[in-house]
Amino acid sequence: MSTPVLDVRGLAYGYPDGHQALFGVDLHVHRGERVALLGPNGAGKTTLVLHLNGILTAGAGSVAVSGLPVEKQHLQEVRRRVGIVFQDPDDQLFMGTVRQDVAFGPANLGVRGADLDRRVMAALEQVGMAEHVDRPPHHLSFGQRRRVAVATVLAMEPEVLVLDEPSSNLDPASRRELADILRSLDVTVLMVTHDLPYALELCPRSVVLSGGTVVADGSTYDVLTDDALMRAHRLELPFGFDPRSVRPGLGTGVAPDRAAPPRTDAAGGLVASPGTHTNPGDLT
Amino acid sequence: MGAAHGHRLHHHGHSAVHRAPAHLKILALVGFVLLVVATPREWYVAFPAYLAVVVGVVLTARVPLLWIVRRMVVEVPFLVFAALVPFVAHGPRTEVLGLSVSEPGLVAAWGLAVKATLGVMASLTLAATTEPVDVLRGLRRLHVPSLMVEIMSFMLRYLDVVTADLGRMLTAMRSRGCDPRSPRHWPALARSLGALFIRSYERGERVHLAMLSRGYTGSLPTGADQ
Repeated sequence: MSTPVLDVRGLAYGYPDGHQALFGVDLHVHRGERVALLGPNGAGKTTLVLHLNGILTAGAGSVAVSGLPVEKQHLQEVRRRVGIVFQDPDDQLFMGTVRQDVAFGPANLGVRGADLDRRVMAALEQVGMAEHVDRPPHHLSFGQRRRVAVATVLAMEPEVLVLDEPSSNLDPASRRELADILRSLDVTVLMVTHDLPYALELCPRSVVLSGGTVVADGSTYDVLTDDALMRAHRLELPFGFDPRSVRPGLGTGVAPDRAAPPRTDAAGGLVASPGTHTNPGDLT
Repeated sequence: MGAAHGHRLHHHGHSAVHRAPAHLKILALVGFVLLVVATPREWYVAFPAYLAVVVGVVLTARVPLLWIVRRMVVEVPFLVFAALVPFVAHGPRTEVLGLSVSEPGLVAAWGLAVKATLGVMASLTLAATTEPVDVLRGLRRLHVPSLMVEIMSFMLRYLDVVTADLGRMLTAMRSRGCDPRSPRHWPALARSLGALFIRSYERGERVHLAMLSRGYTGSLPTGADQ
């Protein structure tokens, strides 16, 4: 198989205060995949994300981005390849205008002049915010700010887009608009989220991180319908939401029109199906 | 920038003073303040003349004088301090309104009060006639170290965010039956200001992370800085 875009092997990390956040995480994400990273609060999701672009340095194990190891001498290139969109757009948008903010990343990479303008406009067009290019970010609505935050990273032309809680605090319309944008992008996506319907809608594959290890890695549909797994790791579907009743094929990695007949017999045939429980060691 | 729309210190207008290049206005302000500070406080005639200059500029800018005067309350703590000086200073005493005060103290208080007032008025005039983002541009043109300009631009960007944070905390306090204005509740207010400081500090760290993630290496790229 081709070199994975993200190749995390045996990653362990303890914070300086002694708190061990990750215990040997293995994760591979291939080009063009959209993967949801699920898990309860405190599972180590954010810690893992901060390793992907070298903000945190692995205590043990390794991280590589398209074959390039995340090490000090490659940091600049790693940070171009891995675009992280943080949860609070106010943390991400710190310049005076949308244009300056979107230009910040590529300008750090040495892009200048007309080339820079082209990148800025292209990124803003991808998220439908081109008309707001000269506005100050804090005059935009929250949903618009989130979209601009995505653009600031797209302008760096990353190989993988990492989103931290992309749907948090969005109203339903903004949430759907962002989903449309993410689907339209031709880029690998790793999405950290508690919004399980969103994961099912956007990501054919889900990885569950709990207690600092990967406890499941499979199709989102299988993960969400594995009641025992869900209960064991404090994952809960919102009231009234049943993945089995949603359009068949969604979250299974199979195109809807070619999907297998809906597996709607919720009697428990899918519960604890052995394929979804995967030990970290089995992943490689 | 942030404050461009309806900033509390900016009075929108199109006068010659508003249109003047920001860096010239900053130079004029610094020159004026230095001149005021360097003038011996015993040259009593000089100060009304300075005042006339500031008032002249304010009127030319078509900023209402009262608008400026209202914003001069920031100076009050300083004036209180100046008013105390005659009572605590040494030297020959004199009678004012039946109170025994120190003569050199009185002169010192006059000097402090009048110089501070002129300085504050002149600064408010600059703020009233110049958009904050233009002030920053002006500073950059004057080759103020870019790190300082960056710090100021971040302050400007996050002022609204932090103020909104504070507003939410005060609303939450009021909702739980606490009046932040009453001295009885000042301890609670002080604690929430402490919390605000920590929150802002943590936000600073998150912003820094976001900057590093986009390849920041220690200086803002000139390309992003148009």
